[in-house]
Amino acid sequence: MEIVINISSGLCLFIGSFVCVSGGIGILRFPDFYTRMHAVGVTGTLGAGMILIGLMLYSTDFLVFAKLVMILLLTLLISPTTSHVLAKAALHNGLMPKLSQNTVEQSSLEQESKETASSKS
Amino acid sequence: MKRHTISLFLTLAAFWLLNSGHYSTLILLLGAASIILVLFISHQMDVVDQESQPLYLTRNILGYYLWLIKEIIKANITVVKHIWLGKESISPTLKKIKISQKTDMGKVIYANSISLTPGTVTIDLVDDEIIVHALLYKDIESLKAGEMDRRVSLLER
Amino acid sequence: MLVAATLAIFIAMTLAIIRGISGPTFYDRILAVNMFGTKTVLLISLLGFVMGRPEFLDIAIVYALINFISVIAVLRYSDTNQFKHTPATETSNHQSTEKEH
Repeated sequence: MEIVINISSGLCLFIGSFVCVSGGIGILRFPDFYTRMHAVGVTGTLGAGMILIGLMLYSTDFLVFAKLVMILLLTLLISPTTSHVLAKAALHNGLMPKLSQNTVEQSSLEQESKETASSKS
Repeated sequence: MKRHTISLFLTLAAFWLLNSGHYSTLILLLGAASIILVLFISHQMDVVDQESQPLYLTRNILGYYLWLIKEIIKANITVVKHIWLGKESISPTLKKIKISQKTDMGKVIYANSISLTPGTVTIDLVDDEIIVHALLYKDIESLKAGEMDRRVSLLER
Repeated sequence: MLVAATLAIFIAMTLAIIRGISGPTFYDRILAVNMFGTKTVLLISLLGFVMGRPEFLDIAIVYALINFISVIAVLRYSDTNQFKHTPATETSNHQSTEKEH
């Protein structure tokens, strides 16, 4: 029983570390701000979740377990809020995303958000 | 109103007990005093209502959470794969999507679920339209297919 | 495994710092700082287990809240016109996004 818990928590920690390092690579590799935001989202959900679940399996005390659950819930609440606020501020201040060419109706959307950006100034 | 006060009291008590870890009489009394102070202040601010304590969601929310966790894990695997494949494999898209939720709570749950899933971020929410930025064009298409929309609409009732 | 995970978090934090220093726009820097804060929360929790002191978890909770509030505060401030993004400051932006002020 002991060894099963040790192995599974080690596995969770390994997956979490791999996802976090991948997110770090992604924030360097992706071409513009909005795509980098998705890389950060990966580290905020699965990376943090897997590392905290791995630590939960290590923990023996109930209070420590409860605090880890609390940190996980806080992270999952905070991560979408910050990315939404960041993206909204960036779009309203006129930072345009680089889009791939095969998407339709992007020009009308750009026009509109440009209008909102200039109406705020 | 009464139900919301009781649920807020229980939440605060659980939060305090789990964070404290000391259970002598004096400390417990201080904790009760602080909980009552917080309850009093939130009554004065008039924030104890249906909006801050959405109790009607509790029936269906567990099943939705399980489905959302499954979706998050799937989306994470996709995004990590595209991080290692490099910038030629992604097709970033910005698009407006119509949503079918009626209440504010349903709209916020839907927008937050989209932001929580990696690969798609809600940028703005105006009336019944959201602007979504997605890493891949096929993420937008799966959002338009409306599986998540339908499940959030089920939560509303 | 705990030590290996700590080292991996250190690597991720270093990558975030590099993006924060080199990031072409203001928002890239805030994004990097936000990711750095999230990683710090994980690092503090892991260090609590490595050193055998679970009291560190309280600090991790407080740090998560501070990180959240600081990012929101900076972005509230960015609603004022001082942070208006102009394409001239970003060299890699090839789309014509000039605006009339």
